This record gives sequence, structure tokens and C-alpha cells, in this order.
Amino acid sequence: MQFLCNTTSRTPIYRQLIDQVRFAVARGKLHPGDRLPSVRQLSRDIVVNPNTVARAYAELEREGMLITKPGRGTFIAEPQIDLTKKARRKQLAEKLDELLVEAVHLGFTDAEVQAMLQDRIKLFAFETKGGDSQ
Amino acid sequence: MLLGMVRPDSGSAELLGEDVAELQPETRERIAYIAEGHPMINWMSIGEAVRFTRAFYSTWNNTLVEQILDHFELSRKQKLRRLSNGQRAQVSLALAVAPEPELLILDDPTLGLDTVVRRDFLESLIQIIHRKGRTILFSSHILGDVERVADRIGIMVGGVLRVDCPTDQFRESVKKLVLDFSGPAPESFECPGLVNTWNQGSQLELVLVGYNDQQRAAIEALEPRNIEVIDLNLEEAFIEYTRGRKRSLPLFAQEQSHHDSSIGDQGAA
Repeated sequence: MQFLCNTTSRTPIYRQLIDQVRFAVARGKLHPGDRLPSVRQLSRDIVVNPNTVARAYAELEREGMLITKPGRGTFIAEPQIDLTKKARRKQLAEKLDELLVEAVHLGFTDAEVQAMLQDRIKLFAFETKGGDSQ
Repeated sequence: MLLGMVRPDSGSAELLGEDVAELQPETRERIAYIAEGHPMINWMSIGEAVRFTRAFYSTWNNTLVEQILDHFELSRKQKLRRLSNGQRAQVSLALAVAPEPELLILDDPTLGLDTVVRRDFLESLIQIIHRKGRTILFSSHILGDVERVADRIGIMVGGVLRVDCPTDQFRESVKKLVLDFSGPAPESFECPGLVNTWNQGSQLELVLVGYNDQQRAAIEALEPRNIEVIDLNLEEAFIEYTRGRKRSLPLFAQEQSHHDSSIGDQGAA
């Protein structure tokens, strides 16, 4: 995948890198087991201080998105779901509410929002079976 | 002044642990300097400039010089006076890094370079800091570049160092707040860390350094209808910080161990 960095953005560079990895995984452009460039390699490619790249990788590793195998590189981790279904539903509901508030204020009907959601869903790599139901 | 060519009237500075007024030649060898505009002896060819500069140093990595010149497709026969600004910057970088300096001081090295050449130059800096134990101190007026390559930033305002901390910390410390009021906004507001205020009728805009609970409490005491906290990018944070009417709000990092890192110094002296 191609990383980008925008220095006019108000989002810090390390945050931009984190968002790009999360986005690429969600869209199915990156899969578990795919290897990411090393910190040094990426730092050189996008001309960014290596400590900034290292910070983004460390954060992603803490979130469980990445796994570093010593001597072999950094890889996209198998998805780990450690929250209960209930907690995850709650998190998603909050985000959906934010989105729906926006949709109401932009003047869309509920049917339009549903149709658009159907369209956009096709662009993402969803689980085919539901997560564990603990 | 850092190189001891001018003596300080007051204050002091140390490079690699030595007072700059008394730099020993051995210490000086560990430091390289590129002056603004990349001045060089113009009648020389690139090859002559390499031989000339080499004579001043006991350590000289010729392979590195060759690599850099090849990378930028520069021939040793080319005369310095015929080079473009970008090529001059490339040659002076090659000459500066050849003695394998621990500290590289660059005075606005990308001044006057076009976007593509500037990016190449920054890329070379990134390659240099990949080597262990190398520090780069550079000044620049292009804050986007500083944000990319520097992990530590210093800001001088009117000749005084006001900020010296990790680049991210500076960014995150400076916040803009927009307060909405039901009636007219208060005329004035004071709290520690306040840099600037604007009264916009029913809105009050504040720029704060080191946004914390204490400031938050002081702001909530004004009873605004809504408080919006806006993150700034490095350039915006820099502008707000330096043009504020209260310039005397220093921001220094807790002293930490210096590991291999580049230092971005936004000089405004």
C-alpha cells in the first residue's frame, strides 16, 4: 500500500499513518499476515522522521492491529476481538448516532441514508460470520 | 556564533559538551556546518572542491561522497559556478557529511530550492539520521518540513529561546478554543498560558499554551454555551504562538536523555 503524509493537515503525522493502516485493513487492501515496510524503509519512502513512524507502529501494535516478529518484520495481525458483543454494539451505536445526526442535518430521508449505506458497505471488507457472541 | 566565529556578548552555548567559545580542533572535526545559500569557492570544479575540503579532515568517507554525487547525477568535472541552487545544496551536503560528523548544523538549507529538490534534500537528511548517533540541527521557515523531519523543535523569538521540546509536544500544547455565549462575549479574559484572545461579538476565541484542567476551570467559570477545542497544525501553532501579545510563555521539555535524533530549530532571530 502507498502511505501518504500531509503536513498542512491538523492531524499529526503519526495519527495519519495509523488511520491509513486502519482504513486499508477495513477496505480489504491489507490482510492479516501482510508485511508492512520497516520503520526505516517507510521513513525514507515518505520522508518522515523515523521516530514518527515508530510511534505510529507502536500505537498500532498496542491496539492489536500489528504484530512485530523479531528479525522478520512487522505484519498485520489476525483480528482479535476482546470486547463482548454487547460492548461492541454500544460503541458502534454511538458512532452510528453521530452519523445519523449529520444525515438529518444534511436533509436526507431515511430511505436515502439506507440506500447510501448499502452502497458504501460494498467497499469494505466485513466479517462473513458474526463475531463471537460472548 | 555556534561555531565560535563570533563571540557571544552574553549567554553561552555548548556543542557536544564544549563551550563554543573554546571549541577544540578535535571537537570541531566532529561538527559540520552548511551556511545559508551554500557558499562555495566558485571557480573550483566539484572534484576540486572535494579534494580541497578533504584536506581539512582526518576522517573522510569518500564512498559516501561518490554515492551522493552519483545519486544526484553530478559529475566531478562540473564547475561550481555553473550549478543550479539545488545542485549547490547537493554538493555542499556531500561535502558536509563526508567527514562523518556527529553533529550537522544547517542554516536554512532548503531556502530557495524548488519543491522537488527540497524533498530530495529532506530525504537525504532522513538517511543521515538513520545512522546511529547523528544529530542534525537545522533552521527553516517551512514548518511542514520541520514537522516531517524534526523530532525536537526550538523556537527563538527576538533572540531568546522560548520553546525547546519534542515537535509533537509543541503542537499538542497550543490549542485554539472557540467559546459561544448566549449574550455578548466577555471583553477580556485572563488565565495562565493565554497567548491571544479575540472578541467576535457572541464568540470569544482564545489561544492557549499547555491546555490543562486549571485553564478549563477558568474558562468554564465564564459560563459559555459551548466550548470548541481546535487542534492546530505545526504552522498554525507556530504563528499563533509567536504573534501573540504575550510572548513570554516559555515551553520546555522535561530534560530527557538525548538519543539519536534530528533537531529542528525554527530560528526567528
